[in-house]
Amino acid sequence: MQVTINVNGEDRTAEVEARHLLVRFLRDDLGLTGTHWGCDTSNCGTCVVLLDGEPVKSCTVLAVMADGHRVRTVEGLEGADGLDPVQQGFIEQHGLQCGFCTPGMMLTARALLDRNPDPTDQEIREAISGQLCRCTGYLNIVRAVQWAARHPLEASAAPSAGSTS
Amino acid sequence: MQVPASFEYRRASSVEDALAQLERFGEEARVIAGGHSLLPMMKLRLARPGLLVDINDLHELDYVRLEGDELCVGALTRHRELLESELVGRLFPIFHDAERVIADPPVRNRGTIGGSLCQADPAEDLSAVCAAVRAVAVVLGGGGRRRVPMAEFYRGPYETDVGTGEMLVEIRVPVVPGGGSAYEKVERKTGDWAIAAAGAALAVVDGRIASPGIGLAAVGVSPVGYRRAEEALAGREPSAEVFAEAGRIAAEDCDPVTDTRGTAAYKRHLAGELTERALRRAAERAGRPVAAA
Ligand SMILES: Cc1cc2nc3c(=O)[nH]c(=O)nc-3n(C[C@H](O)[C@H](O)[C@H](O)COP(=O)(O)OP(=O)(O)OC[C@H]3O[C@@H](n4cnc5c(N)ncnc54)[C@H](O)[C@@H]3O)c2cc1C
Ligand code: FES
Ligand code: FES
Repeated sequence: MQVTINVNGEDRTAEVEARHLLVRFLRDDLGLTGTHWGCDTSNCGTCVVLLDGEPVKSCTVLAVMADGHRVRTVEGLEGADGLDPVQQGFIEQHGLQCGFCTPGMMLTARALLDRNPDPTDQEIREAISGQLCRCTGYLNIVRAVQWAARHPLEASAAPSAGSTS
Repeated sequence: MQVPASFEYRRASSVEDALAQLERFGEEARVIAGGHSLLPMMKLRLARPGLLVDINDLHELDYVRLEGDELCVGALTRHRELLESELVGRLFPIFHDAERVIADPPVRNRGTIGGSLCQADPAEDLSAVCAAVRAVAVVLGGGGRRRVPMAEFYRGPYETDVGTGEMLVEIRVPVVPGGGSAYEKVERKTGDWAIAAAGAALAVVDGRIASPGIGLAAVGVSPVGYRRAEEALAGREPSAEVFAEAGRIAAEDCDPVTDTRGTAAYKRHLAGELTERALRRAAERAGRPVAAA
């Protein structure tokens, strides 16, 4: 079947089998390997991408179901002016170690901040509760999202290197 | 890598179109809503439909509204929408209690109430909720529209009254004046399925319990069947003793099995305890808190 999915602002058309999963479409057909793939059973959350702006587990969405919809992956986070504040926040606050969970975590953080620019610690923890991190113990991920909240998009076009605020 | 076996895929453009596809392909066809129960089962070959009818474009099935004295919820309403609905939270806080502990936010962005009920997994939380609030399922097919009470909707694990060529289109919940409702769940970790869970709904009219409803998850073949416990409540004055008695009966009447989530004895204990707690919280919300026993 032919599908056209808007990925990171660009329409991408491909011929896929109905059983083709969105995560495979992104990784194998488009080469966007920033979307990670772990448990395959909708439990770990490393495959999270934004579908029409909301976090979904792309191992449990068929590519054909995303036909005509918008998908945003980690490759689409960086803007013309540089890194997304969420990305910068993960750098500033050491929000990652191995990086396996990081793309999904950052996309969830982006979606959260788009709806709720000033989330509480509890709201951040709730938002990422479907995504496992085996390295950080989550604390620095929460701090990274808080950092991004303090540096909203407009203000953070050029974050100063090494800033620790 | 887990990939489902091959199947055909059609995106339904209307409810009529969906029904026509289901009718035409009969047993081979399955509706796909959120896909968060069906796709994992297809990956494991526990389900092998020949045709998937995708109903995600049917926005006419995605609503929450009050019609007369019934709360009406479209089958395609997502978990997240239920959780965020002020109307649902005000009329039936039991839905919000349950939604807060169903899976996790990305799953709740996709999973639907229709998919939850039709999956008929004995551990499905919304099934227990709908049983407690005495919801009625509206099933549509070639033969017309049927209203099916929860007690008849469940035929057993993974089996419902929705026949070939039919689909669930709406859930209707009677709004009982003076009512309160609550859901209590114990799980191993955040977002997990219940070890056991209990939903309770009741009203207090002239100081006495009216329209009691109990639904349990993960402790039997289906969430319904707690009539004895409900009868022990009806017409009584709300009290810690009456609620404890209902919990004791529910624990007697459930039928849990030992698995990785716990022993049958532990689950039975939880069934009683959680029923009692849910009843107390429901009474509190109905404006009739009872003192601890
Ligand atoms: C990681 C994970 C954790 C979860 N944890 C929980 C939990 O703690 N508690 C809980 O209750 N649930 C849990 N779930 C299940 C979740 O709630 C699912 O979303 C839900 O069971 C199914 O909804 P769906 O819309 O995804 O259904 P689908 O997977 O699309 O469909 C499920 C079944 O229902 C049928 N169906 C769907 N809609 C209709 C309709 N309108 N008419 C007729 N048939 C229909 C399908 O054909 C299929 O047989 C979890 C799921 C995952 C992946
Ligand atoms: S790979 Fe999708 S949830 Fe783990
Ligand atoms: S950084 Fe390693 S899993 Fe999160």
